[in-house]
Amino acid sequence: MDLLDQLADTFFNWEEMAKVIPALLMVGLPNTLILAVASGILGSVLGLALAMMGISRNAGARWVARIYTDIFRGLPAILVILVIGIGLSPIAREITGSRNPYPLGILALTLIAAAYIGEIFRSGIQSVEKGQLEASRALGFSYGSSMRLVVVPQGIRRVLPALVNQFISLLKDSSLVFMLGLAASDREIFRIGNDAMANTGNLSPLVAAGVLYLILTVPLTHFVNFIDNRLRTGKPEKKEPDELAAPIGKGAQA
Amino acid sequence: MTEFASGTLTGKNLHLSFGHNHVLRGIDLHVEKGTTASVIGPSGSGKSTLLRVMNRLIEPDQGDILLDGRSVLKDNPDELRQRIGMVFQQFNLFPHKTVVDNVSLALRKLRKLSKEQARAEALEQLDLVGLKHKADARPANLSGGQQQRVAIARALAMKPEVMFFDEATSALDPELVKGVLALMTDLAKGGMTMVVVTHEMGFSRNVSDTVTFMDAGVVVESGPPEQVFTAPRTDRLKGFLSDVL
Repeated sequence: MDLLDQLADTFFNWEEMAKVIPALLMVGLPNTLILAVASGILGSVLGLALAMMGISRNAGARWVARIYTDIFRGLPAILVILVIGIGLSPIAREITGSRNPYPLGILALTLIAAAYIGEIFRSGIQSVEKGQLEASRALGFSYGSSMRLVVVPQGIRRVLPALVNQFISLLKDSSLVFMLGLAASDREIFRIGNDAMANTGNLSPLVAAGVLYLILTVPLTHFVNFIDNRLRTGKPEKKEPDELAAPIGKGAQA
Repeated sequence: MTEFASGTLTGKNLHLSFGHNHVLRGIDLHVEKGTTASVIGPSGSGKSTLLRVMNRLIEPDQGDILLDGRSVLKDNPDELRQRIGMVFQQFNLFPHKTVVDNVSLALRKLRKLSKEQARAEALEQLDLVGLKHKADARPANLSGGQQQRVAIARALAMKPEVMFFDEATSALDPELVKGVLALMTDLAKGGMTMVVVTHEMGFSRNVSDTVTFMDAGVVVESGPPEQVFTAPRTDRLKGFLSDVL
């Protein structure tokens, strides 16, 4: 029983957990969300630009998108975060006058996310039938308007599940910015759990951090399944009144 | 049917190659204002490509396109296409938009009508094709024939001077063809200038004013339907007619 008690104390020491929970919720959670949401949005914008370049008729644009994607998809996230976070800090200090590596963490996460999201968007946009662009152009829309109004909205819709998966991945990867040595108020969920673990020598704070990640990510994975299903089977359809009225009318007459 | 702002369309000596594939080899096609020209011929003869060249979805390598006697090759192609409506074999409705939004999209974005005005005009067009009651449905919930009628309404909403039909009934189940052909006949009788690429020989013979027979990128024969269908002069047209009739 000693061993079991010891294990329970290592992972589920409620006292240590309770001590770290306020910081996890008040500091870690907002910071993780800021890192993930900011880089998710910026990464989507940059990713969409990369996707448009990737399908462009301009070979130069395709080439740039290709090389960018190969580099940022091919490197470990932690390496990119360190290189950007440390390498660009003198420039960032010059521009913003701040030594805070937090914005650089967002930048690094954005650059990585954009490479993946760009590929997701590109595959979605390319899956839209050629006739859609043709029909839109035949109405008199320019190439740009046709893409914006007709092709891209359909392409994005088709890859929403993959996009949400990418956001889940981003949420988890945001933990890697701990490498940049953030100020106490800027620390995200993992770093707070990790600090508390280091201070107490007990793993329970890290377990609490893990539970908090699961609370964020598990609903998202189920959300993916939901939209995936919805995209495949469509909205539950409403019967139209006249279709219903016909058989009812016949019944009434008989 | 309403009045149409019909125009006269002329293609002169149109050439187009894809690499070594010489798809159009000097096509002449003249469609007088308010008339219907049908284009028939075997698959791969360049009929559909001809339509796409004449509204500049594909730019010709050589030749000229005139609308009401004026060359349009130097115009902005987007503006030219606002003047020429096109209906496709596969309908190509926008599946992410409702039926009425399919019709009103170009009215709002290109004609710059207000949302309410565009919707009102779109509903009017849908009424003409008998589908006003489906305005808020999604294209996927319509039959092929209904989708094609919406596609026709979408093109008509822009008040085009010429309408192109690219095998508009080829993808439809036989029982749905009639409704679409009836609508096309109404348009033709109403004075719309139309170019109809079709395999429907009945329509070509009974509705169109001129018939053009294309094969291998050239116009082999053209003339009024009685002449083309009852007195074909070339062996190629005779052979084609005996295959399809």
